Amino acid sequence: MAAALVNVPAKARRGAVIEIKTLMSHVMEPGYRHTAAGEVVPRDIITSFTCRFNGAEIFRADLYPAIAANPFLSFFTTASESGKFEFEWIGDNGFVATASAAITVE
Amino acid sequence: MTPRALLAVALLGAALPALAGEIATADRRSGYDFMSPETKAMQDDDTANPAMLSVLDGETLWTTKAGAANKSCNDCHGAVDVSMKGVAARYPAFNAASAAPVDLGQRVNLCRGQHQEAEAFAPESRELLALTALIARQSRGMPITAGGDPRLTPFLARGRELFVQRQGQLNLACANCHDDNWDKHLAGSSITQGQPTGYPIYRLEWQGMGSLQRRLRGCMTGVRAQAFDFDAPDMIALELYLMSRARGMTIDAPAVRP
Ligand code: HEC
Repeated sequence: MAAALVNVPAKARRGAVIEIKTLMSHVMEPGYRHTAAGEVVPRDIITSFTCRFNGAEIFRADLYPAIAANPFLSFFTTASESGKFEFEWIGDNGFVATASAAITVE
Repeated sequence: MTPRALLAVALLGAALPALAGEIATADRRSGYDFMSPETKAMQDDDTANPAMLSVLDGETLWTTKAGAANKSCNDCHGAVDVSMKGVAARYPAFNAASAAPVDLGQRVNLCRGQHQEAEAFAPESRELLALTALIARQSRGMPITAGGDPRLTPFLARGRELFVQRQGQLNLACANCHDDNWDKHLAGSSITQGQPTGYPIYRLEWQGMGSLQRRLRGCMTGVRAQAFDFDAPDMIALELYLMSRARGMTIDAPAVRP
């Protein structure tokens, strides 16, 4: 499994706006580069990222070749109830990685 | 030589004063201080710093058994945050067996060979960068102490000699930029003082991790010199001089650099 770093506050007040940060290790090879021998280095990128909270999708992003290696994505949501965030990265060559984080809302 | 190259060399020769000497202790600044607020923020947040992915990798390797001895680093050294605290701050260090300094990567590979009975990791391999990033992180916030061992004296002198020696088609010494012109820019980039406080680093230009050796080779290529081989004695001497030049400065590894 590829390494991921996710940063979700462990606790939040109900209704508070919270920031979620994710960092996924990936080469993000754009598919436009050539080797010294002139061969194209095949594209190998993450194509989609999804975040679900207690099963419901709350954020999604499509990724493209111009995005840097090890994509860092940050976004905001409202803390409505305690539960679990689930993150999923999908990409070329069957790449799938997941991570999760729990939050307590008081 | 083309007329344009001649002109460039002539201009450089005119613009650069004679060696002005070492930077005063109070004026020393880490590469961090030259970075944009955005890049600083990336380094400061462990969940945004891509070098932390390499540290995660290193944590797995630290506890993975390897080699004919079937031992992990952890089997001998125990918890990395205890056993490796402050270690990176004093490397390169004198290695009695070879009667020469070894840098942190070489020290890891000595353990690979002698203690794990496994094959050495290649320079700049994912594994070697991960383990050195993990070990360097245990010195974060601590002052650099490298170079204090009196047995290192001749190697330090050699490193200093290499630092001030002009080299390559551009005929520039490290000192011409990093002692004499660190407060200026080269095209859009800060020249910086070349203080090795954060290695191994995640370099945005590389889109990946790299060692101090890789960084130095980049500069040598930049002045159009033949870069030293990885782990060459002169490479280690230069690393040693740079670390001792930064003695007392704070380790911020694994750092992000542009
Ligand atoms: C069989 C035991 C053993 C294993 C396994 C081992 N080491 Fe060591 N290591 C030592 C000993 C003993 C030393 C002290 C120097 C010496 O005698 O070689 C040492 C020294 C070191 C040092 C230098 C510490 C200092 O204070 O200067 C580092 C860094 C290090 N080891 C890293 C590692 C890493 C990384 C691994 C796993 C890849 C590893 N070691 C695996 C026994 C081991």
